[in-house]
Amino acid sequence: MHFIVCIKQVPNTTNVQIDQKTGTLKREGVESIINPFDEYALEEAIRLKERFGGKTTVVTMGPPQAETALREAIGRGIDSAVLISDRAFAGADTWATAYTLSSAIKALGDYDLIICGKQATDGDTAQVGPGIAEMLDIPHVAYVKKIEDMNQETIKVERMMEDGYDLIEMPLPSLISVVKEINTPRLPSLRGMMNAKKAQILRWTAKEINAEPNNIGLTGSPTQVMKIFSPPHRQGGVKLEGSPEEIAEQLIAKLKTTQLL
Amino acid sequence: MPNQITIDGEKCIGCALCVSACPFGAMVLVERPGHPKKLKLAVVDHHKCTFCGACVEACKKFSAVVMIKEEPIKLDIDKSHYHGIWVYAEQRHGEISPVVFELLNEAGTLAKKLNVPLSAVLIGDKIESKAQELIERGADKVYVFDDPIFAEFQDDPYSDILSHLIEKEKPEIVLMGATNIGRSFASRVAARIRTGLTADCTALDVEPSTGNLMQTRPAFGGNIMATILTPRHRPQMATVRHKVFKPSAKDAGRKGEVIKGNIDCSKIMNRSKFLQFIKDTTAKVNLADADIICSGGRGLGKPEGFKLIEELAEALGGAVGSSRAAVDAGWIPYSHQVGQTGRTVSPKIYFACGISGQIQHQVGMSSSDIIVAINKDPHCPMMQMATYAIEGDLYDIIPWIIKEVKKTT
Repeated sequence: MHFIVCIKQVPNTTNVQIDQKTGTLKREGVESIINPFDEYALEEAIRLKERFGGKTTVVTMGPPQAETALREAIGRGIDSAVLISDRAFAGADTWATAYTLSSAIKALGDYDLIICGKQATDGDTAQVGPGIAEMLDIPHVAYVKKIEDMNQETIKVERMMEDGYDLIEMPLPSLISVVKEINTPRLPSLRGMMNAKKAQILRWTAKEINAEPNNIGLTGSPTQVMKIFSPPHRQGGVKLEGSPEEIAEQLIAKLKTTQLL
Repeated sequence: MPNQITIDGEKCIGCALCVSACPFGAMVLVERPGHPKKLKLAVVDHHKCTFCGACVEACKKFSAVVMIKEEPIKLDIDKSHYHGIWVYAEQRHGEISPVVFELLNEAGTLAKKLNVPLSAVLIGDKIESKAQELIERGADKVYVFDDPIFAEFQDDPYSDILSHLIEKEKPEIVLMGATNIGRSFASRVAARIRTGLTADCTALDVEPSTGNLMQTRPAFGGNIMATILTPRHRPQMATVRHKVFKPSAKDAGRKGEVIKGNIDCSKIMNRSKFLQFIKDTTAKVNLADADIICSGGRGLGKPEGFKLIEELAEALGGAVGSSRAAVDAGWIPYSHQVGQTGRTVSPKIYFACGISGQIQHQVGMSSSDIIVAINKDPHCPMMQMATYAIEGDLYDIIPWIIKEVKKTT
């Protein structure tokens, strides 16, 4: 069986600070990482290959530096990697990105399951996975927290919902986007890291994936950024002082006035 | 001609304002050893540039950044054919999701500005009776698709029916809740009909002259806000999280139009099979709707710390929340996580205990009416933004708060 994972290289925003003077991101020393949700997608693909045999391929659309993310994925245990990179892809929104990735997947040939992470931590939209499925005309289930069962023809998954989960079965080939509950990603092995170093990464531009120029990059994006600004900061309040007992008294007295207690 | 962005070397003084302004890290400074004043030069990384224009804005004084956006492709859709605002009336197990009433409220304001009708789209099984509820909450018209094939949400049949309806009736704006259903469903529809979709909007507005929907949302984990447009495609689609807007009031007996759709089940795409729903019985008080939330974070130091948080929540009649750090550490299940990758909450009172308030957490709770922060670090973001900031050890403070609450109630 052939399992394809779509990943994205993102800035490591957990440590990003706002520069108070300019009100913008402090970008020095911000490293690039594999989008955290994609780590779970990679792990799931490796587990499926261990169980069913076959091969795994990781794909990413990104600038040339995204190659390091692909090598990290190979280090985890993925068999082969493809970098889809072209200046023409710059400025792509989720529609154009889904188009580009689905075009690349079409060029990759047959597959059984495509696995994506729930969302990327820079755009946070969760739109590309379902978009790829639509453009490949295959079914999808988003928010998958467990693959309950799978064979050559079908897959049974648990879809995480706000009030529990739904059990859904769909035919292969199809696409799933996964959440963190699905597994615990392994660390790269020594052999994995050696493989990552010498791996041959396939590099494709818009031409190799037969992409229509009007469907990629900024040109192909139905959404456009009108403006970017710093989020408004909430005004500070009051500091309560005194012993823990005094603070508790003051606090409850103030909260009582809201009539919620 | 394609989009172009260039730096005028004569005008650039290497001040790096553009470097700071660029949210995508697409600007860097390079040395210019030959330059008479040895000033550095800004250079664009064309792979990362999205032509958002933040650098042009930052370089207002020197105008060294020149951006030329290409001529838009000739529109093959006539925007004037698209009319009206729709709200997808999400239902789960036969009940309308609360976010729908919030969307109807906001959509009502937008519809008045544009002077267009507001409609709801209701899809389900034995669901027609809910149409009146939607009308009473603000919908002028309700499209109803009632059939066993729609009993439970599945992406194929729902995407099929909504795409067909959109293509037939041509709304100019479609709003959906940013729920697990909505985000998956909207993405598939937007991909199919090729239009713009903006996720998790925190503010919406319309430009009557162009009919453009201005969709504002956080990005980069909430570090920046972006306002997005879908200028050349229709409908303009957007999802909004629960608790971002206030719900509309009920206008009992309000009259509206109910349009039942004709469904030919043999023609609806449905490749997947819904087998079963397994309910989550662990959550005691619903986090999303709680008026009071007590959240714990890394500052608890250990998983047992949540026992104290639970005690506080119980005394106050509230729900228990958590920062991502505590969930990642395995101290509490993900269903309690508040923040960018967790739940958005908007309680009357939010207790943040041992939570520093990283921007990703703030995004999920900053619209709380009152924030009480308890933290050893008086300078952390949560203490800065709190209504009542308490500097101290939460293990000393919280027991006294619990005592005081029990005394007075």
